[in-house]
Amino acid sequence: MFLTHIWLIPLLPAAGAVLMFFFGRRLQKSTVSAVCVGSVALAFLLACGAVWQYTNWAAVNDHKPYEKIIYTWLGTDTGHLNYLLADGKTQAPFHADAGFLLDPLSGIWLLFVTGVGMLIHIYSTGYMAHEGGYYRFFGYLNLFMFSMLTLILANNYVLMFVGWEGVGLCSYLLIGFYFQRKSATDAGNKAFIVNRIGDAGFILGMFFIAWIFGSLQFSKVTELARNGHFSAETLSYITAATLLLFVGACGKSAQIPLYIWLPDAMEGPTPVSALIHAATMVTAGVYMVARSNALFILAPTSMKTVAIVGALTAIFAASIGLVQNDIKRVLAYSTVSQLGYMFLALGVGAFSAAVFHVFTHAFFKALLFLGAGSVIHAMSGQQDMRDMGDLGKRIPITHWTMEVATLAIAGIFPFAGFFSKDAILWETWSREGGAYRFLWYVGYATALMTSFYMFRLMYLTFHGRPRMSHEVEHHIHESPKSMTMPLVVLAICAFGAGLLGWPHSLGGSDHFTKFLEPVFAGERQTLTEEGKSAQLAAGEKEEEHNTSTEWLLMGLSLAAAFTGWAMAWRSYRHADKGYTEPIAVGAPPVYNVLLNKYYVDEGYDYVFTGRRKIGNVRLGVLGLGEASSWFDSHVIDGLVNGAGWITRLTATFSSWWDKWIIDGIGVNGPAILARMLSYPARLLEWGLVQWYALVMVVGLIYFVCFQLGYSRQFWTAVAALLLLTGIYFLARYLRRRFAT
Amino acid sequence: MESLLHITTLHYLVLGAALFLLGVIGVLTRRNVVIVLMSIELILNAVNLNLVAFSRYWQGIHGPGALHGQVFAIFVITDAAAEAAVGLGILIAFFRNKETVNVDEVNLLKW
Repeated sequence: MFLTHIWLIPLLPAAGAVLMFFFGRRLQKSTVSAVCVGSVALAFLLACGAVWQYTNWAAVNDHKPYEKIIYTWLGTDTGHLNYLLADGKTQAPFHADAGFLLDPLSGIWLLFVTGVGMLIHIYSTGYMAHEGGYYRFFGYLNLFMFSMLTLILANNYVLMFVGWEGVGLCSYLLIGFYFQRKSATDAGNKAFIVNRIGDAGFILGMFFIAWIFGSLQFSKVTELARNGHFSAETLSYITAATLLLFVGACGKSAQIPLYIWLPDAMEGPTPVSALIHAATMVTAGVYMVARSNALFILAPTSMKTVAIVGALTAIFAASIGLVQNDIKRVLAYSTVSQLGYMFLALGVGAFSAAVFHVFTHAFFKALLFLGAGSVIHAMSGQQDMRDMGDLGKRIPITHWTMEVATLAIAGIFPFAGFFSKDAILWETWSREGGAYRFLWYVGYATALMTSFYMFRLMYLTFHGRPRMSHEVEHHIHESPKSMTMPLVVLAICAFGAGLLGWPHSLGGSDHFTKFLEPVFAGERQTLTEEGKSAQLAAGEKEEEHNTSTEWLLMGLSLAAAFTGWAMAWRSYRHADKGYTEPIAVGAPPVYNVLLNKYYVDEGYDYVFTGRRKIGNVRLGVLGLGEASSWFDSHVIDGLVNGAGWITRLTATFSSWWDKWIIDGIGVNGPAILARMLSYPARLLEWGLVQWYALVMVVGLIYFVCFQLGYSRQFWTAVAALLLLTGIYFLARYLRRRFAT
Repeated sequence: MESLLHITTLHYLVLGAALFLLGVIGVLTRRNVVIVLMSIELILNAVNLNLVAFSRYWQGIHGPGALHGQVFAIFVITDAAAEAAVGLGILIAFFRNKETVNVDEVNLLKW
């Protein structure tokens, strides 16, 4: 019943979100809380039921994943969307269902996403009680839950991508929740844009998978990847696909080089940081890689890349976290660092260890953020640890729950973080016959740093001397029950979650790994059955568990945790106004580099965004924009103007030709000629009727004289006389005419 | 005396020539179109006089039936009446437009 109606789980928060967007403005705060928290709580109950029912179902169904297809979402059965696969022979239809997949992997995510999500929803009712846009906040949160659950429960890459984009959108909306603040909207944009880069990788990886396997359904792809025989060429395609998927994971899960958005994302309200940027959304990349484990196994290059990027991110972010002063920023870098751990585990092939760390991390990091939120609440919005101190006695519940989380993340036995972190370090040490052992040192150093910066945070916040202003000090109060209750529940989880994965070496049975086995089981099977691909595949030379070595490593990491703790204790126990940072005293340049986050943002500004110029040259996107603009205004417009210029030139010439040659010689020429000829002709016709009459008379006389036979001289003289008379008359007339 | 008083064809012709000359001079020298038209009438009547004189002359030779010249004169009179009507009509139309009857100013078709 729970399984067949699994679609209800994402739908409930979606309904809540829709309700908020259409009617939220008109609802009472209490109604908003009831609807939104209620929908997530109900989703949590359904999720519990579904997972419980699945375990029963799987026990009799050979631990297969449970798939529930609602309808065909993309694709037709008409063959119109068929495409040719990488082998160049097979046709496959493009197809994606609106379908849900429940297996141990999605089950774990389902449980902690709904569980932690519910607790954070409850916490938010207290934290956001006095904020504007209450319904908007909860609408976004519910929309996030819907997207995240779609991401988790999708049975194919395309639907997963829908959820993937949905959580990205909600992340953007919630980071920019305080949209009146420029820094918040900038941070939202940064998160969204950086994630787009990763998403491009995801989409391309998806296309590769569709091209190689002819399907985007997880179960089909996994089956094909586990049972297929692949040529070297196909394996290189799979490597490309997995690397591209990992780019997507880097964006969403804040790995080098795309981690830069996560620290800025702390501009959002603290419950958002806890839910989205610590516990759930940022683990989506881990989920996606774990989901594609069958592919990654076939691509050792990708595995190495994942491991190395993860380890580097872990130590890189942890080192920045050592000196940050904003309480949420420390936690943000801690999150990046812990995500690095998870990718390290994925990269060395310890998928279940990675998932285990995701699981424990969700509790203690959510707890840390919520605790930080409670501290900020108590401090009237103050986030700078330099102005805190001695809060321990004033907000005891926050203090003790955060203490549990700190012990967990630092890896103190028997808190949750100890088991998951230790599992990762042990796998890093032992996998591949020790090929990744150099990464163990990185992970180990990170563990030391983690312990140091976390206890630094604790001592600066809860111990030492109070450094806040009197007014702030006066207002310090413990948070309401709605906020402390989730803290307590999470603290219990942060303590207890590790017990699920109690390792064999300590006499436990590691239920967690066993539960996940069906998802990752094919791994070893592939490796033993496939001769050629087995050599390429990762993880084939896993050593036998050497219990004494494992104990030794556990002891060492415990020692690291306690060392970090001791160092923090020594430096910050009595922190008063103007306390000194040990790193700043010991190595000021190092301190400056760390405080400025290795100048990565500045470097990106130089190289990728182009907000800063190198000398006179602008690189990056803005540089590209400038170059394009230059190209447009000089080359394109130049061509346009050139064409216009040439047209104008020919037009000028044509006009000249028309005016002087055609009109001049062809048309006006004859006219001018005619006019020239008209001047002599005109002399004969000057418009005086009587002159004409005179000429007629003269002509007549001339004629008569001729007829009468007078001599030529005689009538010529008569004619001349008459003409002279005429001219005389004419001259007289003209004078009179023009005299006035 | 008798011969002096006897009016011969020649007398008529001289009178006609005088009238004709007067008419020509009037046409050539006067600027008033009305007078020019009147002068044309003089010319026409000089012609009529010639025609009638020659008719009488021919009657003396061929008998009283030789009236061609007389008939011709009547035609000319008719023609003169028509010409005067048309001419004066044109003149009035012209006067309405230019408020003048000066023949010098009738030059609309001049180049």
